[in-house]
Amino acid sequence: MIEIDDITKAYEGTVVVDHVSLTIEPRSICVIVGTSGSGKTTLMRMINKLVEPTSGHIRIDGQDIAEIPAYELRRRIGYAIQGHGLFPHRTVGQNVATVPKLLGWDKKKTADRVDELLSLFQLDPAEFRNRLPHELSGGQQQRVGVARALAAGPNILLMDEPYGALDPVIRAKAQEDLLSIQRKFGTTVVLVTHDMEEAIHLGDKIAVMDKGKLLQFAKPEEIIAHPATPFVAELIGTSERPFRLLSLAKVADHIEAGEVGGEPIEASASLRDAYAELLWSGRPALPVRRDGSIVGQVTLARLSQLAARPQ
Amino acid sequence: MKIGNLIRLVIFGLLLVFLIQPELFAGFFGLFTKNNQPAIYNQGSLLDITLNHLGIVAAATLASTIIAVGLAIVVTRPFGAEFLPLSRSLANIGQTFPPVAVLALAVPMLGFGTAPTLVALFLYGLLPIFENTLTGLTNLPPAVTDAAKGVGMSGWQRLIKVELPLALPVILAGVRLSVVISLATATIGSTVAARTLGEVIIAGLLSSNTAFVLQGGLIVGVLAVLIYDALSALERFLMKRTGQLGRA
Ligand SMILES: Nc1ncnc2c1ncn2[C@@H]1O[C@H](COP(=O)(O)OP(=O)(O)OP(=O)(O)O)[C@@H](O)[C@H]1O
Ligand SMILES: [Mg+2]
Repeated sequence: MIEIDDITKAYEGTVVVDHVSLTIEPRSICVIVGTSGSGKTTLMRMINKLVEPTSGHIRIDGQDIAEIPAYELRRRIGYAIQGHGLFPHRTVGQNVATVPKLLGWDKKKTADRVDELLSLFQLDPAEFRNRLPHELSGGQQQRVGVARALAAGPNILLMDEPYGALDPVIRAKAQEDLLSIQRKFGTTVVLVTHDMEEAIHLGDKIAVMDKGKLLQFAKPEEIIAHPATPFVAELIGTSERPFRLLSLAKVADHIEAGEVGGEPIEASASLRDAYAELLWSGRPALPVRRDGSIVGQVTLARLSQLAARPQ
Repeated sequence: MKIGNLIRLVIFGLLLVFLIQPELFAGFFGLFTKNNQPAIYNQGSLLDITLNHLGIVAAATLASTIIAVGLAIVVTRPFGAEFLPLSRSLANIGQTFPPVAVLALAVPMLGFGTAPTLVALFLYGLLPIFENTLTGLTNLPPAVTDAAKGVGMSGWQRLIKVELPLALPVILAGVRLSVVISLATATIGSTVAARTLGEVIIAGLLSSNTAFVLQGGLIVGVLAVLIYDALSALERFLMKRTGQLGRA
């Protein structure tokens, strides 16, 4: 658990993070979203002491981080940034092994861990281990950056616009990877982005920031249905609200009995995808397929209800 | 092998042969003599003098490298940061000082011989290396230095494992500059009785023997070009290895 308690950061009188308090539950994903210069990065960097707060406290699992030496704290917290920050003079393997090495793991354990992580990110260890970062594509570099952040099995992973430089396809893939890895390891993730779509997709909770202030900290459904200020509403995009709401749920959770013909949709698809398919094919209902067999249908009427503003 | 490297190899070979068996070139240098003057320098072994010249340059450069890199490291650490602007301007002022002036100032303090030459070369060699090390250490890619902090490296670990290796090509460029300046400046050292190739040139000037002047000058020039090229190649290799080619 990360407790941010009335934290403020000022640079020469200019307040860039203004009395922010929020509690991030263990094993959850918290996305900090806001426009450029709203203080997202600064807030996140105070968690691993890359920035010293002007006032306030941050506690991790109850312990005030002011009591922990910075280098020790950082070795316990994964840190992945936009532009990956890989060490250009060290191989992919050496990059991933950075923190285990700092922690004094033995060679065998480190090497095994490096291979495990590279495989997890679909990078064949034999092929990629000894390459230098500049010999990788941007997407591969980004994955190595996250692999390095996770190498020592940290409980907390901080990510600052990790997907900012990726194309939409690779980006979607990287987001799915993050979700599955987060579930697998139970890592607490704090992710900074200025993309509301990404925030809604990834976040268990979303913190919206503007001009250093925390405007709202809530579940995505809540933020969409009841934005705390006009600014939050604007960030979500008024005309996007019903679709964003639909994007939060899966077809699997809204299957109705009944049989219809035509091309089926997978149960794992989002309601938004189902809605788009219904509109596009001009059908009132789609058969739903799970593990290769049809298990029911999803209807336009139902989705229209679900897309309406929650009461 | 590229044509440029082939030419360098041939020139290096010729230089070696000339230093070991200068008489083989007597015919060529004879063209520049008058009145039966000796064609080849005859007041000492050219090989010995060249090695001594190189030795002085190497010793001075090594000392400047250690001190200049050390100083640049100190002023780029948090505890030395307040000296950064001061040391920068000192380095810039120092650079405008001609090497001959440094030599002239060193003699009254150290007397004649190798010592004042070493000191002059050492002092003048400091500046390019210091300046380049500063540039190298302060212009690192911000994402990389940020990541080095973020993974929990101590200040010392960041310096050794990340900052110095990445700054190395730029530091090396400073060393290269310093070596080439020292190679030339060392010849002036023989005016204060250091045993360098300047001795050959001065002997030629005193006896109006163009062949001697040419020999001394050629050896210094060829050495400078070869060493310059070798260090440039090493820099390029290091830049390429770290994917920095085109960055600095
Ligand atoms: N070291 C610093 N010194 C002075 N001001 C700073 C410093 N770091 C950040 N700031 C200022 O603090 C404000 C917030 O910066 P921050 O990087 O946290 O914004 P951000 O929300 O991450 O923006 P972006 O989306 O552009 O990354 C900005 O106005 C920035 O200029
Ligand atoms: Mg930022």
